[in-house]
Amino acid sequence: MPMKPKVPGLLKGLGVTFNTMMRTITKGADTVQYPHAKETPPIRARGVIALHEGNCTACMLCARSCPDWCIYIEGHKELAPPRRAGGKPRSVNAIDRFDIDYALCMYCGICVDVCPFDALFWSPEYEYSESHIADLLHDKTKLGEWMLTVPEAPELEAGAQKGK
Amino acid sequence: MSVLAVEVPYWGQSLLRVLGGIVAVLLPAGTIVYVFLFKMMSFMQSRLGPMEAGPYGSMQLFAEVGKWLQKEDLVPDGADKPIFKIAPLIVLGSTFLLVAAIPFGPDAVFTNFSAGVFYALAVSSISVIGILIAGWSSANKYSLLGGLRAAGQLIAYELPLVLAVVGVVIQAGTMNMQGIVVAQNEGSMFGWDGLGNPFVITQFIGFVVFMISVQAELTQVPFDMPVAESELVSGYMTEYSGFRFLTFFIAEFATAGVFSLIASVLFLGGWGIPFAWFGWDGIDDVSNWMNVAGPLILFTKMMLLAFIIMWVRFSYPRLREDQLQTFAWKFLIPLSLANIAVTAILKVAV
Repeated sequence: MPMKPKVPGLLKGLGVTFNTMMRTITKGADTVQYPHAKETPPIRARGVIALHEGNCTACMLCARSCPDWCIYIEGHKELAPPRRAGGKPRSVNAIDRFDIDYALCMYCGICVDVCPFDALFWSPEYEYSESHIADLLHDKTKLGEWMLTVPEAPELEAGAQKGK
Repeated sequence: MSVLAVEVPYWGQSLLRVLGGIVAVLLPAGTIVYVFLFKMMSFMQSRLGPMEAGPYGSMQLFAEVGKWLQKEDLVPDGADKPIFKIAPLIVLGSTFLLVAAIPFGPDAVFTNFSAGVFYALAVSSISVIGILIAGWSSANKYSLLGGLRAAGQLIAYELPLVLAVVGVVIQAGTMNMQGIVVAQNEGSMFGWDGLGNPFVITQFIGFVVFMISVQAELTQVPFDMPVAESELVSGYMTEYSGFRFLTFFIAEFATAGVFSLIASVLFLGGWGIPFAWFGWDGIDDVSNWMNVAGPLILFTKMMLLAFIIMWVRFSYPRLREDQLQTFAWKFLIPLSLANIAVTAILKVAV
């Protein structure tokens, strides 16, 4: 096989940067000028954690598994009507407080994974910076509002097992 | 002296020279920072760079300068205060001294030194003193290491720089910068004078050695060990803030501009265009309008060389400290010595 003459690596490197420059000038940059234009984050992006309050049982699993201890939960027991007539009234947990401190959160997603009742969801929303650090403590109302931005779960791939 | 047929008194000449010196240092520095550091570097990384301050971010430089001027002028407790404060000014001062030797046109010269090349090379090493005392007086280990590395590097690359110029001096037969420009534009290659005789062709090895040494003298990547940010924070500049850091920053890019100016004078024919184009016979024959066109031509050539310096800077990773020294002492210096020998032999023989 005839050998092609080898281009020295130093020249090759100069060529790479030069070609990138020409491509940027003629075809535009790969980046987006953020405040004027926005990229749509991927559907699974970890932007903010949303709370579906109705599913939460104040079981504290998320708060206990959080590496940063940034989830604060307070709840109390309530009596709910019995399932069947004549039965004993059920005891259910109601949440008084469910706060996530996004100044501490490191977006590991353990709370979302660990929740046995599907009360926590990832949302790709990312624009919630604040000028005061205390405002990064999102209470359950605000966490509930994030539920509106949670996208539908994408279709499973063919052959994938549905989770239990 | 008359500028464009207007007689200027002595105080006027001095004022013009001071203003001209400031423009000749700051204009290339600003242009290099905006065109190359802000824009070309961004394009090479497929991004746009500053876009918000002024059209296409052209006012970004003024925003940065304003920001730096507002910052506190911090001096570390253990520092040698007067020395610490004066160090950046020494570095910038050597740039201003350098520009004095460069001819910008047939009459547009600050000073027509008869040994201009010698003066320029001597003055360019003053910045080593500034950098070394900046590193020492900061009372910081990173600064000290950075300063020592800078001193070692600048001294190692001063040699090939000087030796590369010797070839040009031999060929031109003069150390006068104006004389070197004239020699290139009057000359002819094998009897054909359409291009003059720019030394970049006959002294190509010298040109390459000179540009590599300049890259190292300016401590630009791949020779930026003195400010290697992953090892030494910021080298000798670590403790500087505000106005004094700004002075170092301006000095870095002003020196890049001034060295590009010197390289275009030595190798690309300086302010001149081949004299044969207009039928000029010598320096006295050159038309007066070259005093205006000359600086622009020189500026264009400077931008071309600065483009190469910055292009290399944005493309290559940093060398290791021992590779740097080996490259200077075992490769560049023998190469430039051989270049001198060959040039001298050809000069005598032909």
